Amino acid sequence: MLNEYLILLKSEWIIIAIIFLLLFIKVGPKDWKNETLLYGINILLLFNLLAGFYNNVEGNLFNGMYHSTQLILLEKNILNLGVYLVSLIAYPWLKEHKHLLEFYILLLSTLLGMFFMISSGNLLIFYLGLELSTIPLAALANFDLHKRQSSEAAMKLIISSAFSSAILLFGVSILYGTTGSLSFYEISQHIYGNQLQVIAFILILAGFCFKISVVPFHLWTADVYEGAPAPVTAYLSVISKTAVLFIFMSVMYTVFKTIATQWYLMIFVLSIVTILIGNLFALRQNNLKRFLAFSSIAQVGFILLGLSGTSIMGIASVIYFLLIYLFSNLAAFGVITLVSAVANKETISDYKGFYKTNPFLSWVLAIALFSLAGVPPTAGFFGKFFLIMAGAERGNYIWVVFAAINMIISFYYYLKVVKAIFMDPNDQPIETISIPALPKLAMIICLAGMILTGFFSWIYEYIYSLSIL
Amino acid sequence: MNLTLLLLFPLFTAFAILFAKGLKQVRVIALIGSIFQLLLAGKLLMAYYQIKAQGNQSQMVFEYIQNWYAPLHLQYHIGVDGISIAMILLTAFVVVAGILVSWKTEQLSKEFFFLLILLSLGAYGFFISLDLFTLFFFLEVAVIPKFLLIGIWGSGKKDNSAMKLALMLMGGSALILVGILGIYFNTHTEAGIHTFDLLLIAKMNIALPIQKIFFPFAFIGFGVFTAIFPFHTWVPDGHASAPTAASMFLAGISMKLGGYGCLRVATFLMPDAAHAYSWIIILLATIAIIYGAFATMMQTDLKYINAYSSISHCGFVLLGIGMLTKTSIMGAVMQMVSHGLMTALFFAAIGMIYSRTHTRMVAQLGGLLKAMPFISSVFVIAGLCSLGLPGFSGFAAEMTVFMGSWQNPDKWFRLATILACASIVVTAVYILRAAGQTIMGPMVNKEHELLTDASWNEKFAAILLIVGIVVVGIAPFWLIDLIQPGTEIIMSKLGAVALVK
Repeated sequence: MLNEYLILLKSEWIIIAIIFLLLFIKVGPKDWKNETLLYGINILLLFNLLAGFYNNVEGNLFNGMYHSTQLILLEKNILNLGVYLVSLIAYPWLKEHKHLLEFYILLLSTLLGMFFMISSGNLLIFYLGLELSTIPLAALANFDLHKRQSSEAAMKLIISSAFSSAILLFGVSILYGTTGSLSFYEISQHIYGNQLQVIAFILILAGFCFKISVVPFHLWTADVYEGAPAPVTAYLSVISKTAVLFIFMSVMYTVFKTIATQWYLMIFVLSIVTILIGNLFALRQNNLKRFLAFSSIAQVGFILLGLSGTSIMGIASVIYFLLIYLFSNLAAFGVITLVSAVANKETISDYKGFYKTNPFLSWVLAIALFSLAGVPPTAGFFGKFFLIMAGAERGNYIWVVFAAINMIISFYYYLKVVKAIFMDPNDQPIETISIPALPKLAMIICLAGMILTGFFSWIYEYIYSLSIL
Repeated sequence: MNLTLLLLFPLFTAFAILFAKGLKQVRVIALIGSIFQLLLAGKLLMAYYQIKAQGNQSQMVFEYIQNWYAPLHLQYHIGVDGISIAMILLTAFVVVAGILVSWKTEQLSKEFFFLLILLSLGAYGFFISLDLFTLFFFLEVAVIPKFLLIGIWGSGKKDNSAMKLALMLMGGSALILVGILGIYFNTHTEAGIHTFDLLLIAKMNIALPIQKIFFPFAFIGFGVFTAIFPFHTWVPDGHASAPTAASMFLAGISMKLGGYGCLRVATFLMPDAAHAYSWIIILLATIAIIYGAFATMMQTDLKYINAYSSISHCGFVLLGIGMLTKTSIMGAVMQMVSHGLMTALFFAAIGMIYSRTHTRMVAQLGGLLKAMPFISSVFVIAGLCSLGLPGFSGFAAEMTVFMGSWQNPDKWFRLATILACASIVVTAVYILRAAGQTIMGPMVNKEHELLTDASWNEKFAAILLIVGIVVVGIAPFWLIDLIQPGTEIIMSKLGAVALVK
């Protein structure tokens, strides 16, 4: 029995162990150098990532409140990979930071929350995980302690996430009222699609939409992304969004399976609005972080398209896309973090002539943008193609045509950045930046991910084989 | 013969370029790589003849199938027929010529040659693909290199042109994406699964209403690449702003991707719709031909002249496809090859002139024959080929298109044919005028007398392309023999439909 607790909760235990270790170091008498700590923590995170591939067993705990399947374990591995990469790219920013240990403690707490959230089989533990994964994030957003914008971002994040949690909880309570249970399985057995249940569903959907910033619930996104420190923005826009999307998908596919016809229409409308608004706003941005915020809003619209497929292809395509999205976005944020830490420049016009001084970083950023735009030979092409394919399976070609048109718009604003980097002249380009080893490692991993993932079809096949309806 | 080599060669060349040091190494590697491509294409041709001589009747030869994304039934399925071999040969010729012409590129030479080779990789992959997914993949691979090539090494309004070209081509790709997804989800193999496999889809009959929905997507999508009216606007700006080699690649190879796709994907897979919509295709093609020709008359920049005339010439490709007779489709393929070689030569000549005189305006040039006889002759040859002088490829190809078009008995189609024929006169006017003003006559700018003639690399490039043009022009039957079996299979598919009616 004890063994079961140990093995099934393996990923969580490791994270908890690391958190406690860091706490002990923090309260301990010795003052460690930031550099040493950073290397040590990154090794621990690497160990955490690798450990995710061993001893993976499926099972239930606490009467089905917590469950673990191979797919969930894979999702946790993806999150682990993301956290490892974020930690690597945060290096230039954290090197001088006084509160390095707190950063990691908070970061790993949110990760722990995400793990509980995606493993949940019950609304209670789901809500617990969700809150654990959002509240420390607000503290993280405030981590540039001397910047007003950073505090503003934290404030906005905490208020909007509290608000969305309240809406979600309202939905949950109605759902409990109509079905008499909090367990996902029990609820799914008692969903008939009557009005009250649909209202509950809409409230829960709205709560989710806040977290993954679907239009019209996206208003907090851009300000928070802009104000938060670049690595935190990366974490927010990639890891936290990915985790919520994982659980969102499984809730939609299992709990609300019986009212799929009703939510298909809602998702359809939300997706179209999200893609359009995300794209149109991304067109006008000059701050790179804001730009990526809006582009990531548009990406979520595409993910909703894939999600509407309600087939194994849908699940597999969404997870596959998220994996690629993680590589692409973190590569972009890796460059942005480094540049903003060294040169303190964040706008697109600052990047003019970047290629002359920093060819490697330019290529990383350009390939990341191509991958986000979905242009071959980068993996983003495959990701987006399969998403659209999963959506097209339902035969809703209006949606497909719309997505295709919007791919052109998104292509335009991604190319605008590429143009600034490679083509626009600039008298005072960003000076040549020497890339520290850790961010360089992250960039190389991301590059490999962006270029090779598409060609190694077994990655997709593996995800497909784990996906179950 | 392993067709994957056609992909591996450019890939290795590209990697070698990445690790090369200095301009010398880079360009030598690029040249060697491209020559190997040419040899490989030649070997492919030989192997094709050999296997056909042995009595192999199958539609595609050297087929190779490898499961790629098994759950989605995507395959890496490659194979060639005569038409694709003709295209591959064309690509190989233009690549060698393009690399030779850009021999002296010094600004960011490594990136330049890398992108050129990547572009050729996309083209080869496109021509050998027998699976719609890989075909689409390779089609899009070529978009980014074009954007960067124009944007970084281009001239004039290069930013706008690069963006315009990339967005319009991306728009074409988006349409194609919808088209091929529509095809995919309406295929049902015996095993009850969907497929992207071109040959399997060709064996099924997609219902007419579905064809009617998705044919326009696929055809116009590919049409954008081959400058179908009114989606031709990227052509003049893109070509004019691009560096010489990129112009050659764009007009010589890239526009052919569109023509090939219109034929192989849209028309071949959805023949009913092709019949139903042929009048629209003809209408657009005729407009492109006439409009292109007249627009060329108004141009004063040599590159714009060639770019607009490309619109007109690619109109013949679409006209040939739209007429849906065997001869006209053969003519369309010939026109693709001919136009590819001819326009590459033209752009090469213009590039040589521009690199010396630093102007492309017809009014500022004149009497170049005295200073640079070789380049001027090349220019005249390209021009004569463009206006369809017998003996050059342009004549053979356009003549075949006209013959084929006339075979279509519909009187409106015949009117279109007549109009298209008439455009040749306009072509003659602008070509002769451009050649007369730039090459002949008194020297406008005295400084031009000091200019040097072509260097060895430029001579090689020009001769290579001229050989191609003359061979196709004098012995078009070789090309016809090559593409005939492939055309017949496409025709049998189209013909079967006509009989059903």
